[in-house]
Amino acid sequence: MAEAEAKRVASDERAAFDWLGALRDAGFLGLLTLGLSFPIIAFRTRQDLWQGLVLDPRWELVTVLVAIAFTARFCWLVFGNRLAGGVQSLAERVGSTLSPLKSYTATFRLVGLAWLIAYPFLAVLFAGPGGALKWIDNFGIQILIYVMLGWGLNIVVGLAGLLDLGYVAFYAVGAYSTALLSTYFGFSFWLCLPLAGIFAALWGILLGFPVLRLRGDYLAIVTLAFGEIIRLVLINWVELTNGAAGISGIPRPTFFGLPFNASDEGFAAFFGLQFTPLHRLFFLFYLILLLALLTNWVTIRLRRLPIGRAWEALREDEIACRSLGIDTVTTKLTAFSIGAMFGGIAGAFFAARLGFISPKSFEFMESAVILSIVVLGGMGSQIGVAIAAVVMIGGTEMLRELVWLKAIFGAGFDPTQYRMLLFGMAMVAMMVWRPRGLISKREPSIVLHEKRAIGGELVKEGQG
Amino acid sequence: MAAPAIDPNAGLDAEPILRVEHLTMRFGGLVAVNDLSFDVARGQITALIGPNGAGKTTVFNCITGFYKPSSGRIVLMSDGALPGPAIDALTDTSMRSRRVGDGGIYLLERMPDSEIAAQARVARTFQNIRLFTGMTVLENLIVAQHNWLNRASGYSLLGLVGAKSFRDAEARAVEIAVAWLDRIGLKGRADDPAGALPYGDQRRLEIVRAMCTGPVLLCLDEPAAGLNPRESAELNELLLSIRDSNGTSLLLIEHDMSVVMEISDHIIVLEYGKKISDGTPEYIKNDPKVIAAYLGVEDEEVDDAAAELDQ
Repeated sequence: MAEAEAKRVASDERAAFDWLGALRDAGFLGLLTLGLSFPIIAFRTRQDLWQGLVLDPRWELVTVLVAIAFTARFCWLVFGNRLAGGVQSLAERVGSTLSPLKSYTATFRLVGLAWLIAYPFLAVLFAGPGGALKWIDNFGIQILIYVMLGWGLNIVVGLAGLLDLGYVAFYAVGAYSTALLSTYFGFSFWLCLPLAGIFAALWGILLGFPVLRLRGDYLAIVTLAFGEIIRLVLINWVELTNGAAGISGIPRPTFFGLPFNASDEGFAAFFGLQFTPLHRLFFLFYLILLLALLTNWVTIRLRRLPIGRAWEALREDEIACRSLGIDTVTTKLTAFSIGAMFGGIAGAFFAARLGFISPKSFEFMESAVILSIVVLGGMGSQIGVAIAAVVMIGGTEMLRELVWLKAIFGAGFDPTQYRMLLFGMAMVAMMVWRPRGLISKREPSIVLHEKRAIGGELVKEGQG
Repeated sequence: MAAPAIDPNAGLDAEPILRVEHLTMRFGGLVAVNDLSFDVARGQITALIGPNGAGKTTVFNCITGFYKPSSGRIVLMSDGALPGPAIDALTDTSMRSRRVGDGGIYLLERMPDSEIAAQARVARTFQNIRLFTGMTVLENLIVAQHNWLNRASGYSLLGLVGAKSFRDAEARAVEIAVAWLDRIGLKGRADDPAGALPYGDQRRLEIVRAMCTGPVLLCLDEPAAGLNPRESAELNELLLSIRDSNGTSLLLIEHDMSVVMEISDHIIVLEYGKKISDGTPEYIKNDPKVIAAYLGVEDEEVDDAAAELDQ
């Protein structure tokens, strides 16, 4: 009955569709495209032999673009409503399948963990020892680093609601302290790992102090500047950091003193195994998995402690916090320093994994990627951040797999060039259909009768 | 009208818990509060009333440290401390507070907001409710007990390893929260987000959240704003029970005269940042200055003026 009603309404809508209006609207967009492309696309500029400016007109390209804009707009007006509804319901369905997953947390966690532990073996099984290198290194380890960074930043942005655009600075501090301590003083990786965390935490406090009174845009700008300052110091303090050339020869992590090499003292020889570079990758994979899980465990634990609740309360309403006698200074500083600490530990791992670091790895783009992982995942949601990291970093790596597209678009086509475009499109799509991130629900930190997730519309994002 | 023959301080013999002296607050050229002095009596309900823009909320913000007063002294005397030379001696030093006997004296104008709440134990609510809307009702009340819980968690270290002492402390905090929720009849909604509660419940929850900090003085900024008569009556009951069974002194700003006259022991009237009257509800009700401030001039005078114009 209701269905028939809906069908009748839909057919009425179709009958009443304003074709002329749609044509006019699409025509207007076509004209707009023409106007826009005239100064940008219509002419290619080059210099001739006499240094004079030559304009090569490209009217075919402009015509194609205008045609695309016109057709796309027209199709959108005709079919768009249904398409948008479809995507909306799809997004909702994805969201609602993810939410129950959260309520079966125990099972989900166990299956996820089992899969993660089995992952390197599965990679070897399916891709062979040679092919597995890529899957463990580029996908497994790379994604897990970003998961850990995302979780670290989640403390600052997701829980405490402090917008930090310079998080990569702490990653850099961790990486450079490991590199410098090990190359100058010969500290082992295992000593550098906690030290890097401590140094990064100290830098977190150092950044925290001047920005305590800042909120929102101002906080974002200062943290952004902080990230850039660290990078510029690393580039320009050549005597210490070797400048833009970076530091190489950072000792690789060892397995309780056993290096991963083909020598007689190596890991393979000690355990009587055939030497293969896979050993090191397996080790690195499990190490970063362990570090990421540690980050997760600590965060989940802290969320249920007074300090974690104070962070969330700070995100909800700073003035109310102060009226309840909560010391907002220490609350903010602990959030900054603990978030920074995990960034620093991830940095130490990063330095030891590659054996080489340079300021190039710590550009603003990295901060932006980590922040978008947190925002896309759903601020404050641990599992959401992990999923976002898999999608974003895994997706970027997947682009490299699309070389077969060269057969269609010609040899000059490089799919990785479209990374930022896809990134932006994913962002826009998210903002339209799931503005609070993949998982926007908040789980209460303490329960009296029955655990119920809190809808994202009530949870605030913080102003600082 | 003849001056009322009512003793302004009938029955007001309690010692003060808060003494505001010569408080002045300027914003640029605007004097929001001008040389204001009053006492808040221990264990009583004191109301601060006055027309819109009289400076009531500014006084509140000065007392709770959200504003730093331009000049004046605000002394809180907790746990039996009395006014006396010790306060003047403390004022001459650069210290903020001092223990006296069992209690302490706190110079609130020298302390920042969170310290006033944590050390001097002055709690407040806001005109526009400031609950943590995305947190549950229970979480709101647990956050209010942050300071002692955080100490009990060994500044997170004991809590991180799940020490029994911390789990016991947390259970105790939940007990306190549940006891308060029981008192306002919201125990059944403990796990709902605070933002999903009806307006009246949010008002009472905010008051209860402030009480969870264990205050000696509770400052309420228009607690009855937007409440219907039934909710107002429930609020009266709650405030009286806070005064009687918890021994907390209350200072409230309120426009709703049914609340003010019914529960206040003592009323202070402000107009244009100055105190125009100070006494029992009975005295205030009959004070011509208060009537003039609220209603403008009296009807007869209006009639007289109209008659003069006609001539």
